[in-house]
Amino acid sequence: MIDLDDLDRKLLLALVQDATSSARALGTRFGLSQPATWRRIKRLTDAGVISGRRIDLDLEKLGFAVSVFLGVKLATKGRVSLEDFERAVSAIPEVQSVEHVLGMYDYRLRVVARDLSDFERVLRRRIMTLPGVGDVEANVLLSEERLPGPIGAKPG
Amino acid sequence: MLDSHNRHLLRHLQNTPEASVSELASRAGMTPATAARRLDKLTALGVLKGQHAIIDWKALGYSVEVSLRFTLDKTAPRAFDEFMAEARKVPEVVEIQTFLGRVDVRLSVIARDISHYQTIYRDRILTLPHIADIEALMHVASIKTSEALPI
Repeated sequence: MIDLDDLDRKLLLALVQDATSSARALGTRFGLSQPATWRRIKRLTDAGVISGRRIDLDLEKLGFAVSVFLGVKLATKGRVSLEDFERAVSAIPEVQSVEHVLGMYDYRLRVVARDLSDFERVLRRRIMTLPGVGDVEANVLLSEERLPGPIGAKPG
Repeated sequence: MLDSHNRHLLRHLQNTPEASVSELASRAGMTPATAARRLDKLTALGVLKGQHAIIDWKALGYSVEVSLRFTLDKTAPRAFDEFMAEARKVPEVVEIQTFLGRVDVRLSVIARDISHYQTIYRDRILTLPHIADIEALMHVASIKTSEALPI
């Protein structure tokens, strides 16, 4: 685990907003030289703090009007291995993310679909037929915001 | 809007966002100039909105991640707005989602360890307005995180 100073936090926040910002542009913004900025970003990347980047697409413009979160409980733990379920569920193209959780569900899935009837198709043909699936709860996403988290707060 | 060339481009961009335009172009089987023009067009149309860096909170010492699912007291007229305005003030809340379904709102909360989580839960979460019910799911592992679209 690495310690961050104020400049690291500012750089991280800037990269969370726009990962394509160049070291030169960021350096100018925060009063650092380009090599110094580059070294800081490299340090954050090497330490695994920046684990990658993702492109932001407008889902509705691409025809994906519905995002649904599914809570999935396995019916037959032990008999069907978790690996079998995880491999099968990860292979479904409409499933965007799979999280193993502890609580009233075993897995939390993010599923994208063109509309509600498309979602119903994915649910019936792909999800409900997975090995070991038991209870499934669906919640349709209405809004979503990602927050900067502790790096956005004043250091205490 | 998405012909097969754009589909190819976006698919490769989803898989390798850090690739240069010329790398993307060769993977998608077009010239760099064509790829750049198409990407500009997708950006102008608002389809491609940008790129964001992903922070791994574990590398910063936040080893606990909990999904808190709330049912709100909907008899209060501004329950959603007031709840969300207060939730945004909690530094350890990294995600807020609202739903149509049995769950109204979900917060992703990170903490350094379980005792830190307990402090946040007692002092900052249970004090949020209009809570009718809370359920917690503790994050164990991320199996798939691409969030890629099937395009």
